[in-house]
Amino acid sequence: MKTAIIDLAYLLSAVLFVFGLKRMQSPVTARRGNQLASAGMLVAVVATLFLYEVLSWPMIIAGVAVGSIIGMVLARKVEMTAMPELVAIFNGFGGLASALVASAEIAQYTGGSAIELSAFDAVSAITIGLSVLIGTVTFSGSIVANGKLSGWISGNPLSFPGLRPLTALLVLGSFGAIVFMAVEAGGFPAEIQPVLYTVLGLGAAALLLGIFLVIPIGGADMPVVVALLNSYSGLAAAATGFVLDNTALIVSGTLVGAAGLILTVIMCDAMNRSLANVMLGGFGGDDGGSSGVDVPEGKTVNETSPDDTAILMSYGEKVVIVPGYGLAVAQAQHEVREMAQLLEEQGIEVKYAIHPVAGRMPGHMNVLLAEANVPYERLYEMDDINPEFSTTDVALVIGANDVVNPAARDDEGSPIYGMPILNVDEAETVVVIKRSLSPGYSGVPNNLFYNDNTKMLFSDAKEAVAGIVDEVKALKQA
Amino acid sequence: MLNNVIIFVLSAFLGTEVLSKVPQTLHTPLMSGANAISGITLVGAVVAAGMTGNAWASWIGFGAVVVATINVVGGFMVTDRMLQMFARKKSGTPSDVDAAKAATSTNGTA
Repeated sequence: MKTAIIDLAYLLSAVLFVFGLKRMQSPVTARRGNQLASAGMLVAVVATLFLYEVLSWPMIIAGVAVGSIIGMVLARKVEMTAMPELVAIFNGFGGLASALVASAEIAQYTGGSAIELSAFDAVSAITIGLSVLIGTVTFSGSIVANGKLSGWISGNPLSFPGLRPLTALLVLGSFGAIVFMAVEAGGFPAEIQPVLYTVLGLGAAALLLGIFLVIPIGGADMPVVVALLNSYSGLAAAATGFVLDNTALIVSGTLVGAAGLILTVIMCDAMNRSLANVMLGGFGGDDGGSSGVDVPEGKTVNETSPDDTAILMSYGEKVVIVPGYGLAVAQAQHEVREMAQLLEEQGIEVKYAIHPVAGRMPGHMNVLLAEANVPYERLYEMDDINPEFSTTDVALVIGANDVVNPAARDDEGSPIYGMPILNVDEAETVVVIKRSLSPGYSGVPNNLFYNDNTKMLFSDAKEAVAGIVDEVKALKQA
Repeated sequence: MLNNVIIFVLSAFLGTEVLSKVPQTLHTPLMSGANAISGITLVGAVVAAGMTGNAWASWIGFGAVVVATINVVGGFMVTDRMLQMFARKKSGTPSDVDAAKAATSTNGTA
């Protein structure tokens, strides 16, 4: 009877998760959806607490209290620009939790009698092994991703001789360990000590593996990595569900695994690169090299000022703003919203063009602009806005680079050739706000900067837009 | 075991079906919300921490409860924070926008 109630409660929470995720299909219903999903979580946890026999209440209450406080502080304090870092860390915690639960399952068998040990068969050995492996890789990989996103690890691809063979060796070793555990568990009565040491070894190998997998990947590819780790954290939970024979974990973990995988594929498509190509790493890095305003021979740059840009836009009819990570770094989203609003008051049509990989995680730009109160209907996806550039007076590119590089469309020799881009160069005039002529994360120089209809505004994004706002105001009063 | 595999496969299809229709605008909240759901491991952690006499298992379970709760509570709260920014406004007049902004800043410090 009790198990039936627990199973029904888990079914209810799974249904709530599905309804919750379904409501994520529209910004209008999404918040309610998230609330439904949290209700589903509450149902699952409460059912577990009251229907299983809990031996140590103080421990659970203390754990939940500590976790809730840390979680609340992190969720409240985080800047919207730092959202990718936070999601990476949360992914890591999810993975770690799954690995720990599987380890606790093994620990339970220590000191157990032969009868208890008989429950430890090859299937549970394999599921425990997989859960520890995926969970721990998610954890250490997420920590490295967090480091690369927030800057305490270099955003450049890091590598050392022997990294690849070592990684391959760790993968082989991990699977070897799981096979060993399964074989060991098969022999009845099973010896638990060797299995215990193998799990510890597996955990250590997985810890290194997570680091080695993420460290050679450049900062620009971190959105893909975070999406993939998101998928792993779900799979780790699903694997733990197999360990505990718990339907709630399998269903919800798999849903999350699917979500992460879909986002990973979308991001890879948007960069026209395969997942394997991203994971092999070595692509791009932080803005290094030439940070100056060195103009290559035979090319000229038209410079402009905030004042001229303001005049240009005030006399236009249609302005499309293309935000990139530079806008996020400069925290210029509020100034941009103010500028757009001033222009709209003068009857100028303002739209935002969002490239799928703009920002540091899927949909990052949208969150930043939403924070600045930009209505989401003004944000246009790439395929919807691209036909409109030919009728646009001013395309204002703020801190974006690779996603507007015409080389991706025209230059077959370019490393980014084939990546879908925003066709800003079709606009009457393109104004690029950028600190220098340096290439973007891909390391590919951008010929857009030297076009006749391109004007460069060399400045920090926030200062530049604030300058434009002042001038638009002044023009209005005049 | 076989039942679990069936559930796994069906959930994968269900997830793909439901989630591939989420618009780009909501990808970040989707990711953090899904991430919070992966904190369902909390259920397993509670079982591990609370339902065994083995000291090692309970302590490891305790650690799992703490990190899983961070994942769940933090994940749902931060997703709510983001979605509230999306939900509160249609293309509003400037005064609406400012009022909404004032409302958030109070929420933020509460």
